[in-house]
Amino acid sequence: METLVDPADAAINTRLTKEEKIRFLREMFRIRRFEQTSLKYYNLGKMGGFLHLYSGQEAVAVGTISLLGDNDHVITAYRDHGHALAVGMDMKACMAELFGKATGCSKGKGGSMHFFAPDKNYWGGHGIVGGQTPLGLGLAFGLKYKGLRGCCLCYLGDGAINQGTFHESLNLAALFKLPVIYIIENNGYSMGTSQVRSSSFQETLAKRAEGYNMAWDVFYGEDVYEVRAKTQIAIDRAHNDSEPTLLEIQTYRYYGHSVADANAKKYRTPEEIEQYKVNHDPLRIWSRHLLEEGILTEAGIEDIDVQAKEETNEAVKFAEESPFPQESEIVTDVYWEVDHKTDAAKHGRYFFNS
Amino acid sequence: MPLITYREALKHAFSEEIERDENVLILGEEVAQYNGAYKVTEGLWKKYGDKRLVDTPISEAGFVGMGIGAAMLGLRPVIELMFWSFAYVAFDQIINNAGCVRYMSGGLVHVPIVIRGPANGGTNVGATHSHTPENLLATTPGLKVIVPATAYDAKGLMKTAIRDNDPVLVMENTLLYGEKWEVPEEEYLIPLGLADVKRQGTDITLIAHGRAVITCLKAAEILAAEHEINAEVVDLRSIRPLDEETILDSVRKTHRALVVEENKPFCGVGAQIAATLQEKIFDELDAPVGRVTAVDAPAIYSTPLEKRQLPDAGRVVAKVLDIC
Repeated sequence: METLVDPADAAINTRLTKEEKIRFLREMFRIRRFEQTSLKYYNLGKMGGFLHLYSGQEAVAVGTISLLGDNDHVITAYRDHGHALAVGMDMKACMAELFGKATGCSKGKGGSMHFFAPDKNYWGGHGIVGGQTPLGLGLAFGLKYKGLRGCCLCYLGDGAINQGTFHESLNLAALFKLPVIYIIENNGYSMGTSQVRSSSFQETLAKRAEGYNMAWDVFYGEDVYEVRAKTQIAIDRAHNDSEPTLLEIQTYRYYGHSVADANAKKYRTPEEIEQYKVNHDPLRIWSRHLLEEGILTEAGIEDIDVQAKEETNEAVKFAEESPFPQESEIVTDVYWEVDHKTDAAKHGRYFFNS
Repeated sequence: MPLITYREALKHAFSEEIERDENVLILGEEVAQYNGAYKVTEGLWKKYGDKRLVDTPISEAGFVGMGIGAAMLGLRPVIELMFWSFAYVAFDQIINNAGCVRYMSGGLVHVPIVIRGPANGGTNVGATHSHTPENLLATTPGLKVIVPATAYDAKGLMKTAIRDNDPVLVMENTLLYGEKWEVPEEEYLIPLGLADVKRQGTDITLIAHGRAVITCLKAAEILAAEHEINAEVVDLRSIRPLDEETILDSVRKTHRALVVEENKPFCGVGAQIAATLQEKIFDELDAPVGRVTAVDAPAIYSTPLEKRQLPDAGRVVAKVLDIC
């Protein structure tokens, strides 16, 4: 995993404008603040369900998604807030979804694990470990079928790589030559079970791709430059050759598997978490780049953080003031034909409530 | 009107829909070059090529999920399961993805997919290949389940299913694939959620779906010829949406009902219908609603016993004589 060339010198990075670089920092701060705030309100009992926080992994979502064009698509698992914000979903609608409000991005019907924005090529938000991997394959299949030059980034955690669906997806991706890029966000823990206790592998997880005759790479996910430089190679492979890639991006999550992870502080040491925060934090690393490049001052960075915090507070205000969905909403958005009152839905009973 | 097989009727439906809509394609094990494990897609690969007929590896969770992802992007995949029994390794895809994604996205995503294949016992293949999950899958709001009993219904319903914007699960029957019915050459569609009265009668309503409809029609002939009982046969055709009106109208006329299915009794389609009848037209009933189902055990292999496990006309007649 040695980086021989400075990833900042990769063509995809040298053409970045100052504004784009600032935007990446802003996006990472927005994700960080969103997660911290949602944790606060979760602990206050304002939202239920599970809450799988993305804090620590921000450079992966922001870096990879920054490379995408009109025909590129994104799908992920249940730790989905970071990707949702990175594709440009409205923070207010995301927060309102956590609060279970009618103004939420899924009208309060999906919750934390199920954010969607098809208008932004963002296809969820999937709760079952590994369940999104064949769906990502299908998005890539659809692109190829329609003759579009695009790809699908399909994210998964290191815990998902032992699910059968993932292996079936790798086989189909390579067999059908589909433009899908599987991105293992390896944060080292499959819920509470560390990588070495959950997976049998040689050297690195992504090497499993060799068994499927698929290209792969592994790299660190703490520096946006590196994430962009390495991911672009996979995107080019998808766009130019319609070939899949398996990427493993090594990252870290500051919190437990979910907020309900009772053992979050038992299966790893406080020192381990602190070490990452000091030496590998993606926000610190990107801030340092911007300072060194003379793009921002410390005060400028502070401003961005303050703005992110304010935006998050506004999102909370919006969520708190929003109404819960009407009870009649329980039975809408189930069938397309029923909701659209089409001729196809004219006959028969769809719901069996007394 | 030409007599064609159930299998040919399905094939005509696929041909017509493939030609009508460039987004329609068929995916599954052996559907293309092999011509279909049950020859339902015979000749289609030669006619329409690799793009529209896609052979997949034996990887149901993978290719069912792939079809759902492609459908989210606007394709209209028709996924063949060699047996519906194989859906059991793709339940997450069918239920959580196809069935729930529209809901969980607040209506932003929909899945215009058809998943189809045979779901029946009676072919001497043991429990793993004899499952009939129409009740199981119809319990998921978001999914539609149809079970055609004739070639005519199979074609008309399949074409409608392919055009539907929700996931439609079509359960066919290998024992019917070679049976012939009259099917018009001109195009027609049959709406989902519309039952069909296959035989008019006055004394009892036999309610069935799939091959049990054929069993009921045979039983009705015996009842008329030997017992002076004139049975009406209602073919549900669609499990969800369910045409309760046709069922209720028929039972209001006959005042007796027997639900017949090749599935197991516990929480079966018949249980739902019996509950509906007692809830909605209790006063119209002159006898308790009866049920005839498969004998409640995994599908047995041994041929003579397998024949006894599934409902036949004799069992239906005996049960009717109990009720009438």
